[in-house]
Amino acid sequence: MSLVELHDVVKRFGDNTVLDRVSLAVEPGDIVAIIGRSGSGKSTMLRCINGLEPIQHGRIVFDGETVNDPATNLRKLRQRVGIVFQSYNLFPHLSVEKNITLAPRVVKGMEHDAARELAAHALARVGLADKIDAYPDQLSGGQQQRVAIARSLAMQPQLMLFDEITSALDPELTGEVLKVLEQVAKEGMTMMLVTHEIGFARRVATRLIFMHRGRIWEEGSAGDVLAKPRTPELATFLDAVLH
Amino acid sequence: MIREFSIIDVYYLLLAARWTLALTGLAFLGGGLVGLLIAVLRVSPTAPLRALGAGYINVVQGIPLLAWLFVFFFGLPILAGVRVSPWIAAMVAFSIYAGAFLGDIWRGCLQAIPRQQWEAGASLGLSFAAQLRYVIVPQAVRVAIPPTVGFLVQLIKNTSLAAVIGFVELTREGQLTNSTTYRPFTVYIVVAAIYFAMCFPLTRWSRRLEGTLRVAR
Repeated sequence: MSLVELHDVVKRFGDNTVLDRVSLAVEPGDIVAIIGRSGSGKSTMLRCINGLEPIQHGRIVFDGETVNDPATNLRKLRQRVGIVFQSYNLFPHLSVEKNITLAPRVVKGMEHDAARELAAHALARVGLADKIDAYPDQLSGGQQQRVAIARSLAMQPQLMLFDEITSALDPELTGEVLKVLEQVAKEGMTMMLVTHEIGFARRVATRLIFMHRGRIWEEGSAGDVLAKPRTPELATFLDAVLH
Repeated sequence: MIREFSIIDVYYLLLAARWTLALTGLAFLGGGLVGLLIAVLRVSPTAPLRALGAGYINVVQGIPLLAWLFVFFFGLPILAGVRVSPWIAAMVAFSIYAGAFLGDIWRGCLQAIPRQQWEAGASLGLSFAAQLRYVIVPQAVRVAIPPTVGFLVQLIKNTSLAAVIGFVELTREGQLTNSTTYRPFTVYIVVAAIYFAMCFPLTRWSRRLEGTLRVAR
């Protein structure tokens, strides 16, 4: 059984159709990179998968549970689907430790000491063990984003969604975040990432999806899709981002 | 019988100011509880609850405080057959009134926190209540303190309206003093000075908070 399935998903904002009959299956261990222009529906697709955005038609299934069924407990589901945002969205009033331990403590009822240990472990994975007592505004953008990744990982999700997580960072900081992503990928995490880092997608992704006008326009292994675009839309897009 | 206005009268006015402060405190407490509920209703994910909160604010803010005081003091005995003391009537009316204004102020403060903060909380599996309690409210409190203190100053001054239902606070005591001394100018200057002495420090404090909280984390 696939970990994530999208069947004929339609998402509209008013009259604007953002996802137009999208179908997709993601297997455990897949690393799916999603590329495409702004407004092609990439981010919206990720946000629909953890139920942040309601859909108007179709079905989204995560690990056998229908995300868009009103009877589904989204809170339970979101504990198993991590998401990292472009703008980090750390809690500015909480230390790094509390940012990471808030959900494990409140949602899973974890004890203080165990939670701190969990935070330390998650921070070590993103190379920030020494920042456990810092506040978000004392960290660089790249460090904040790594804390956001650690915060998601600490919930031990089965799937991680990354929504253009390096788009707000300058190139130097992008590198340190991508390195962390690559590490998480190596550990076998199932990942879906919306990205503009084509080189990274080629190196790390097991599958690549090109979205255009709310549809999956092309998909396949990253190497193939990038080397031999079958549609002029993808060829134009690659031309624009690679040069 | 007319007597001289003396330092004793100032003393009595100061004693009456205690009741002004007591009524303010109770109204702030009651209004704070109502306001908290209303603010949370206003940001609830459930549309009918939001409408309920908005309806409360509209109704209460659309009716003068004086009318609320009359409704509870004169209306309840007629409608429900219960006599209420000026204390109870004033407390209830002021709580209802303060609840609407504080609810509206605090709604604005909750909404001032970026939507992404709610999303980040929701994405980690936090419930609406947990998002509010651990993520949104701690950030909103900083925003809320200056306008809340500002409203408190309004509340102190508005408690003078309770004089019309016979609640003896600073203004009512001033009226009583005036009726025996016939020195309205002196009496009301003293009354005004006492109000000022209560309000001005709060205004200053609120200004200071505005300055320091803007740069706080």
